[in-house]
Amino acid sequence: MKDFFVTGDPLIYGADAAIVVTVVAIVFVLTYFKKWRWLWREWITTVDHKKIGIMYIICSLLMLFRGGVDAILMRLQLAMPDTKFLESQHYNEIFTTHGTIMILFMAMPFMFALFNWVIPLQIGARDVAFPYLNALSFWLFFFGALLFNISFVIGGSPDAGWLAYPPLSELSHSPGVGENFYIWGIQISGIGSLASGINFLVTILKMRAPGMKLMKMPLFSWSVLASCITIIFTFPVLTVTLALLFVDRFFGAHIFTMDGGGNPMMYVNLIWMWGHPEVYIVVLPAFGIYSEVVSTFSKKKIFGYTSMVFSMMIISVLSYFTWVHHFFTMGAGADVNAFFAITTMAIGIPTGVKVFNWLFTMFRGRIRMTQPMLWTLAFVPCFLVGGATGVMLAVAPADYQYHNSYFLIAHFHQTLIGGVVFGYLAGLYYWWPKIFGFKLNDRLGKWAFWLWNIGFYVCFMPQYALGFMGMTRRVYTYGWDMGWAPYNLVSTVGAFLMGIGFVVQGWQIIYSIKRGERDLTGDPWNGRTLEWSIPSPPPVYNFAKIPEASEQDAWWEMKKKGIKPTATSYEAIHMPKNSGIPFLMSVCWFIAGFGLTFHWIWIGLAGLAGVGICLLARSFQYKTEYYIPAKEVSRIEAMYRRGA
Amino acid sequence: MKKLAMAKTSLLLLLSACLLAGCDKRFILLHPKGPVAQKEYDLIVLSAILCAIVVIPVLALLVFIVIRYRDKPGNKATYRPEWNESKWLEVFWWGIPIVIIGVLGFYTAKTTFALVKPPVTNVKPVTIQVTSLDWKWLFQYPDQKIATVNYAEIPAGVPVQFVLTSDAPMNSFWVPQLGGQEYTMPGMAMRLWLQADKPGTYYGSGANFTGKGFAHMKFKVVAKPQSEFLAWTKQVKKTAPALTKEGYEKLARQGLAEKTAFSSYPAGLFEEIVDKNGGKYMSHEMKHGHGHMHQHDEN
Repeated sequence: MKDFFVTGDPLIYGADAAIVVTVVAIVFVLTYFKKWRWLWREWITTVDHKKIGIMYIICSLLMLFRGGVDAILMRLQLAMPDTKFLESQHYNEIFTTHGTIMILFMAMPFMFALFNWVIPLQIGARDVAFPYLNALSFWLFFFGALLFNISFVIGGSPDAGWLAYPPLSELSHSPGVGENFYIWGIQISGIGSLASGINFLVTILKMRAPGMKLMKMPLFSWSVLASCITIIFTFPVLTVTLALLFVDRFFGAHIFTMDGGGNPMMYVNLIWMWGHPEVYIVVLPAFGIYSEVVSTFSKKKIFGYTSMVFSMMIISVLSYFTWVHHFFTMGAGADVNAFFAITTMAIGIPTGVKVFNWLFTMFRGRIRMTQPMLWTLAFVPCFLVGGATGVMLAVAPADYQYHNSYFLIAHFHQTLIGGVVFGYLAGLYYWWPKIFGFKLNDRLGKWAFWLWNIGFYVCFMPQYALGFMGMTRRVYTYGWDMGWAPYNLVSTVGAFLMGIGFVVQGWQIIYSIKRGERDLTGDPWNGRTLEWSIPSPPPVYNFAKIPEASEQDAWWEMKKKGIKPTATSYEAIHMPKNSGIPFLMSVCWFIAGFGLTFHWIWIGLAGLAGVGICLLARSFQYKTEYYIPAKEVSRIEAMYRRGA
Repeated sequence: MKKLAMAKTSLLLLLSACLLAGCDKRFILLHPKGPVAQKEYDLIVLSAILCAIVVIPVLALLVFIVIRYRDKPGNKATYRPEWNESKWLEVFWWGIPIVIIGVLGFYTAKTTFALVKPPVTNVKPVTIQVTSLDWKWLFQYPDQKIATVNYAEIPAGVPVQFVLTSDAPMNSFWVPQLGGQEYTMPGMAMRLWLQADKPGTYYGSGANFTGKGFAHMKFKVVAKPQSEFLAWTKQVKKTAPALTKEGYEKLARQGLAEKTAFSSYPAGLFEEIVDKNGGKYMSHEMKHGHGHMHQHDEN
């Protein structure tokens, strides 16, 4: 038992108590209000992309909270030299989980939430191509994230960095179960991510409304297409790499250790062959969001549509050819380093073009300062500077100086927060009324916006300076001698400002549920694309009648021509049935992962057998679809019209 | 317009603050003390200028557009909601980054190749073998047959070839004022050329995370005039204890260590460390990498 539960740290005991209290409270509320059945029927078994999107968002915001707490703890430890707040071991665990959670369990589900919310609506479809698989993706992510997160109270967190380089992550240097949690948490959710990539690729290629040629498709859909292609080519690399690391740890192989003839450099190459495209996977959809938002709130067509599509596809392809820039200092030849330096800089070209196109979409437009637009406008300068420091890092010989320093830390936070998080938040504010039927409060939103933005610069600009002062990443403490203290203190203040911004956003959501401005039109922003042609929140089948979309900005053109999306007669609608199997199968994966993490082979095998049974059970289900009768459709539509 | 003026002043203030900060001696990356660090510094400056050429006008353009095209009643600026392409504008903004990346790419490649060679060729270089351990640094001087822990002395004005390996997880050897870092990898012997122009004491640290004691893996590189360097090696030879086989095994165990000097070390210790960590499986070419800073084996 001593090895099973993490002991000896008051912070952890506090977390234990909080977890127990929360679980008891949830169980109590569900039982008291008799909501178990509702939970099962409406949420756990749902295959509706809109509800799956909502579940993704809830998890993602919880993970943003967890990752954010990690960040605050780190900044507290680094606020002053020689702080005795966190032990080295604890600090190492926290930066490892912070990185892993923010990328894999915050950014990815946030991204999938927006895919789920928007893609079918934007292309005029009734669901994704494979709704059952979509539910499975979500539950695999959920249980993968759960497995990863319980490590901090059970067994111990991973502590070898978010990419777990061997030999540090091998049994020789990390004998605990932390790295096993890391491997299985990511593996299980990774299967879900790959499935989602395939799902949305097929959805976009096969399920567009009649008339919507690829080159008429909204730019967010294009960005998702680019992102999905990248997912499909890179996630298998991650899966194989972690599987090999597992083979090393579980069976005592030597794939990634030099003794025995393996090679840790191979791991570093492989993990970045996934890791670098991964950042483009998450940033491309953000580019798509900015394109939608900037056009809607400038009341103007997007500038240079073809260029925008072209540049996203170039980024998607080029992203495979830059991975070595993460380890110029490994001593590959000058030829290799020069090649990857130039490919990396080259990515700046299409990215720069996109910035110009966004600017010229606003040029000669009419700019409305709504919340989504604010985040978009904040993104431009932030990403410009982040991109510029990226080009500076791409200069291989200069990188010998920046590598693993706080300059690097500041750079990637600037692109990931300024690019990805700002983008997703813009998307959240933009599409929130579509999914929930009410807007998020403006005044609180502006407070949150300014706290986040000011906090961001206060937190990360000093970190560029710290890089120039020679401060390296992942140090849990430092002395007075190097003059790092004032910059670190300022940086910590900035982190707290962002934290307060996040709390305000939490309050904003709660406040708006009760008091937010209701959207009765379905088109609260005077939008341009098809998702705004249907009511908010949309009926389960989205479109009572599949629209025709012959123009780019289809809904805008329909409004201009005075075409109404309503119909006089309806047909029965073919829909997928709910299923509990995705949930159960993911529970089995969780059991398998947990067993293998602790080397409890029989539990691991039992879990895997459960997975097999679930697969079999599904293949014997024949009636997986149903029809909503025409009468019912017409009743629902009439109800919506009365509401409006 | 008042807002714009304010934004301009604050930007100027910010810039001058940055410049002033740059003069501060504590920004060690901006105060290179050797030819390698100098070449890298020059590229840092060049890339910063080239980036600024794009970033500053674009920021100004953003501010202008947002102010001019606000959706306010009575705004008389042109409004053309259907205007969505311009061949010449597109050519212009595909062209500018291509030219800038072209220039930067050229100088990057040039310096990358230049750094593989010793910084000066008319002086006989010194070789120091570096081993990163959990969590300390061992320096061996194969020509002088002495060793040190957590500090190294070098002659000023003489190119030093550091040969890097690890008897622990991968670390990175970094002395910012003398030049950029390179990984220390188990089973590999990578080369890194550095040189100090003037005598002085330079900060060095491990730059790749290796676990619990990583934050304490700092060391000093002391550059001295050639004669004083020689005197120092002689003094170490005379006064310091020897590093025995058992002594090394003790040193290699996880933990921190004080600065120490050794008058000798077991013959072939460095090669043994490389081989036992997997170097024995590697071809000669592989073991020494194509090193971004290596020279062809002369011995």
